[in-house]
Amino acid sequence: MTLEQGIFILASLLMLGSALAMVTARSMFVAALWMIGTFAGVAVLFILLNAGFLGIVQILIYIGAIAVLILFAIMLTPDVMGLKPGPRYTGQWPLAAVMASTLAAVIVLLLVRAGNDWHIADAAPNVTDFAVQLGEAFMTTYLLPFEVASGVLLVALIGALVIVRDE
Amino acid sequence: MREYAVLGAFLLVGIVLPAAVVIGGWLLGPKRANPVKNSTYECGLETVGETWIQFKVQYYVYALIFVIFDIEVVYLYPWAVAYNRLGLFALVEALIFAGILVAGLFYAWRKGALAWF
Repeated sequence: MTLEQGIFILASLLMLGSALAMVTARSMFVAALWMIGTFAGVAVLFILLNAGFLGIVQILIYIGAIAVLILFAIMLTPDVMGLKPGPRYTGQWPLAAVMASTLAAVIVLLLVRAGNDWHIADAAPNVTDFAVQLGEAFMTTYLLPFEVASGVLLVALIGALVIVRDE
Repeated sequence: MREYAVLGAFLLVGIVLPAAVVIGGWLLGPKRANPVKNSTYECGLETVGETWIQFKVQYYVYALIFVIFDIEVVYLYPWAVAYNRLGLFALVEALIFAGILVAGLFYAWRKGALAWF
């Protein structure tokens, strides 16, 4: 077993364990904290797949911002805060089981069909070199998408503020 | 992959060191509890109210704005590290990129989203 395989197994255990703890947590706040564990595992997987920049983005955006946003959203909800932890199962679990089983079946089907035909990215340059290449691409080939992204972020900011201010 | 060895070592030290301090304190320290010792310590002040309270909505607005500018950082980081290879054109483009988002921040400010009340 190589070092990479060992790290992969550890990251997978972290992701699966956190995901299991998240869906079985009786407090929504605790569930959101476990979700951070899953995000961290995904970041490790990105790095193992030679996508180090995406791994750093995963930590910066998903753990640093999205998880905090979700935690704040939970802390703002009076029905969640200040109440005793809810039941572990609700009436929705048969539907959830059907959905999860369907997704699992699709993934297994794809894995079986793929066989041994796996591709991973070629040995990538280190993160800084990759960022330099990305920056040059942003300023030449992908200049318009780069600027449009700014507009999309602006629309997201104004839209979110309009929705929040109305309530 | 080797470049992440330092990161891995840092992660390991970051986990082991706090754990060693907490476990060491737990093992070595005398355990004579009383109600004052067991009370919540918060900067030496008396704690007020319950722990699980509903927070102000301003936190959420701040977090929303933070998410937007966090993503902006991801876009500007590649530009920043490639800065020396790029010309004035790239500087102008990055300023336009940031300017559009500053307009959003200005909008949030004028709408009172940054006010704390």
